Amino acid sequence: MEKDQCSVPDENLNENSGSSRRDFLKKSTFLSAIALTPVSLVTAAEKEMDEKLAAVFEKVPLKLEINGVKHALSVEPRVTLLDLLREQLQLTGTKKGCDHGQCGACTVHVNGKRQNSCLTLAVMHDGKKVTTIEGLANGADLHPMQEAFIKHDGFQCGYCTPGQIMSAVACIREGHANSETEIREYMSGNICRCGAYPNIVNAITEVKNGGQKV
Amino acid sequence: MSLMEKQNFFDSKAVDGLDRVDGRLKVTGAARYSAEFPIPKLTYGVLVTSTVAGGKIQSIDAKKAEHAPGVLAVISHFNAPQIPGYSEGSNPAKGQTTKGQPLRVFSDDTIYFYGQPVALVVADTLERAQFAAGLVQAQYQKASFQTDFDTNVTAADFPSQAKNRNSNGDYLRGEADAYKNAPVKIEAEYVIPTEVHNPMELQSIIAVWDTADKVTVYDKTQSLKGAQGTIAQAFKIPVENVQVVATYVGGAFGNALRTWPHEIAAVMAAQKVGRPVKVVISREQMFTMVGYRPYTWQKVGLGATADGKLVGISHEAISQTSTYEEFTEGTVNVSKFLYACPNVNTRYKILPLNVSTPTWMRGPGEASGAFALDCAMDELAYQLNLDPIELRLRNHADTDPERNLPWSSKYLKECYQEAADRIGWFKRNPKPRSMKTEDGMLIGYGMGTGSFSAGRSAATASIQMSADGTYTIQCATTDIGPGTATAMVQIASDVLQVPVEKIKFQLGNSSFPKAPSQGGSSTVSTVGSAVTAVCISLKNKLGELAIGQGEAASVKPADLTFANGQISSKDQSIKIAYADVLKKHSLPNLEVTEESKSGEERRKYSFYSFSVHFVEVNVHPATGQVKVKRVVSCADAGKIINHKTAGSQVIGGAIGGIGMALMEEAVIDNRFGRYVNNNLADYHVPVHADIPAIDAVFIDKKDPYINPMGSKGVGEISLIGMAAAVANAVFHATGKRVRDLPITPDKLV
Repeated sequence: MEKDQCSVPDENLNENSGSSRRDFLKKSTFLSAIALTPVSLVTAAEKEMDEKLAAVFEKVPLKLEINGVKHALSVEPRVTLLDLLREQLQLTGTKKGCDHGQCGACTVHVNGKRQNSCLTLAVMHDGKKVTTIEGLANGADLHPMQEAFIKHDGFQCGYCTPGQIMSAVACIREGHANSETEIREYMSGNICRCGAYPNIVNAITEVKNGGQKV
Repeated sequence: MSLMEKQNFFDSKAVDGLDRVDGRLKVTGAARYSAEFPIPKLTYGVLVTSTVAGGKIQSIDAKKAEHAPGVLAVISHFNAPQIPGYSEGSNPAKGQTTKGQPLRVFSDDTIYFYGQPVALVVADTLERAQFAAGLVQAQYQKASFQTDFDTNVTAADFPSQAKNRNSNGDYLRGEADAYKNAPVKIEAEYVIPTEVHNPMELQSIIAVWDTADKVTVYDKTQSLKGAQGTIAQAFKIPVENVQVVATYVGGAFGNALRTWPHEIAAVMAAQKVGRPVKVVISREQMFTMVGYRPYTWQKVGLGATADGKLVGISHEAISQTSTYEEFTEGTVNVSKFLYACPNVNTRYKILPLNVSTPTWMRGPGEASGAFALDCAMDELAYQLNLDPIELRLRNHADTDPERNLPWSSKYLKECYQEAADRIGWFKRNPKPRSMKTEDGMLIGYGMGTGSFSAGRSAATASIQMSADGTYTIQCATTDIGPGTATAMVQIASDVLQVPVEKIKFQLGNSSFPKAPSQGGSSTVSTVGSAVTAVCISLKNKLGELAIGQGEAASVKPADLTFANGQISSKDQSIKIAYADVLKKHSLPNLEVTEESKSGEERRKYSFYSFSVHFVEVNVHPATGQVKVKRVVSCADAGKIINHKTAGSQVIGGAIGGIGMALMEEAVIDNRFGRYVNNNLADYHVPVHADIPAIDAVFIDKKDPYINPMGSKGVGEISLIGMAAAVANAVFHATGKRVRDLPITPDKLV
């Protein structure tokens, strides 16, 4: 099978793996610690310095525009877009429901397209524009989809709601909201355990038929 | 002024259908759930779980994990700090179990089930904690284990609690097994597999020790006071030193009614590392750590006279529980009271297996029981060649046959009528496999009845009125989704006669006045009564102040009218806005606290909510695929406070019932005792494409005795009876009776 452009040549695997780099860092930290520090502090400094260095070396620069705000970040490559939003940027409107791309609670827009943010690494989106539920309203004016969800009671506990709304907006933009059947099909990646589905379909239908810009 | 004086409750429709008061926060992502509080110096805990279903932990190699960057601690039973409550033989993670003790996390080496927490890795970032958790290596001394219900079913026994009463818990009215001698009889076995609540929000907790003996937890819970008491007891600190915050709860359906081991683990870890710890369990862990609806086998025997009068009902159930704790629920209860029948006997047993402890899941045992009973009623109706509604009407219980009491209110007949009309029940051809769509799909109609106790217990609420004419009500209840704050604001608005915009209802904090758990469909009944009481109390206080010492002193409180935010007396000597009363007395605010609870009425009447579900399905004749085309659910839940939110609850319950009937099943691989579909791709729940428009209807008549509002509960009855309705519709469509849920296509071809 042909390898895609993302795959790493096998011979580099060991060299690039986290553990071997960490071993190297440990040694180098240890050496510099011995050179500069009284012996009694060596052990403590070794561990702390190692972690600081690891933190620096294991991160990569990342530029993202989130809800119109430009962010110059430094993140570990293993951080998902979802965890970056929730744990590092305090944008907790985007929800974690399964962490496996199976429930849709983490749906955001990346360059205008819906995306399960748990299923993608933040570093894969360098230079892109991300919209989360916090960025959907125009200041104090709610987005028509947000208004419609309130009016039609398209939620109960509210936990899947941000994902449903982000998906719903995209569903209309994609041109997949032309009938209730089509809406149901194209919204099926967003699970609502409280069972607000009929109300959500009503909300989307109303926004679609209202003809407002979404 | 007595509470019952408020007879005209909600006769005005002014605030019915109010949008949720927290709707804006929920659609903008601003509503904060328990894992979302920004806490300085936060650390992350990730649980490592057992990979065997029985035995002992031999060793845990945590070296690699401990040396991984950012790791602060790897906690297991080898090094866990003692939980003081554990050593005293008390019940530090209590729930309503009849025997045994809750899992004492990290307290010894015993493994009871696959997926049991064996270690907690705490690190300074989530990624570091997750990575390090993968480095923890546990070795086990395996022991034999049992997870297969069928092969172990002979080991089922009566719950200890029932045995202690020397009764085994068996119920008998009249003659046992009378159905066997009836002119017409059916006997059938039904199975409901393990179902998992799977709310969209993962169970989450942030534990913050404020001082050495004071802790705050941001916790997913349906029971603030329960969590508070449990944590206080476990850590031997005063109850008031534990603050529990659950401002928003992302669904629960019963799985947050008790305090689970991961919560104790988080609090313990925060103490050990001296920093706040957040634990969010994974979706896989949701299957083994926070309860589930237990696998249940049932056998129902029904006997009737030739003209369809029930002669006997026998109902037997066996449910699984864990080996370390007995969990019981009211599976067979529904057969004792739902239909009039002179001879009824029930039996309930439990079967301990190497699984985690089950817990209540929406509708709890009654939903499992109603599935069996109302499928059996359908089978009997076909045997009798009688319409299923007619059979139910002929056996309608005009009074509660179990307790020999009048119902507080019952409009079940009206529910049958209304829902049958709406779905076009009597236009169908009742013969199985007789109806087809133009494109050849088999059409089926089915119905089922639901009922659940309409509870009311004690709650306290406080209200603070400010001189600017705004009101803040507080109560330590939660909102797992029904719209508690919205309903409470409406109730307060109606009692106080002030606009809803002026009223705030605050919940989700254990420091607020006491309320019970949000469970058993009783929050509006219980908390709504406290809100009514505190609002009446505030009005009385305002009235006294308005009468005051001056020229109006001769006015009697009973002569005062409260309307449109104004107090006026019959003789017009008093006419003053509420807010001006405070200004006149130079009061910045006025605060009142009131408790409210049920009374003598609970001994005089039998309180139940009722529901009827009608379903139309299409079944593909070749593939057996079932598609629910239409649903009509009609509820007798007393007075409906908010038709919009209550309607959503009924729709949601119906959808839960569709999942139960057609999809949901946690499958265990008995070779390893492990769930094989412990994720949302393989454990199927209804999605948009599975669900049609659903017609939710209410009788909307007050219950005269239950509480000042006249409202009964709606949460459970919206699901109870729904699975039977779907199964009965599938029988009508196909002529095939599937008695083991879920009704997947393979069972129809």
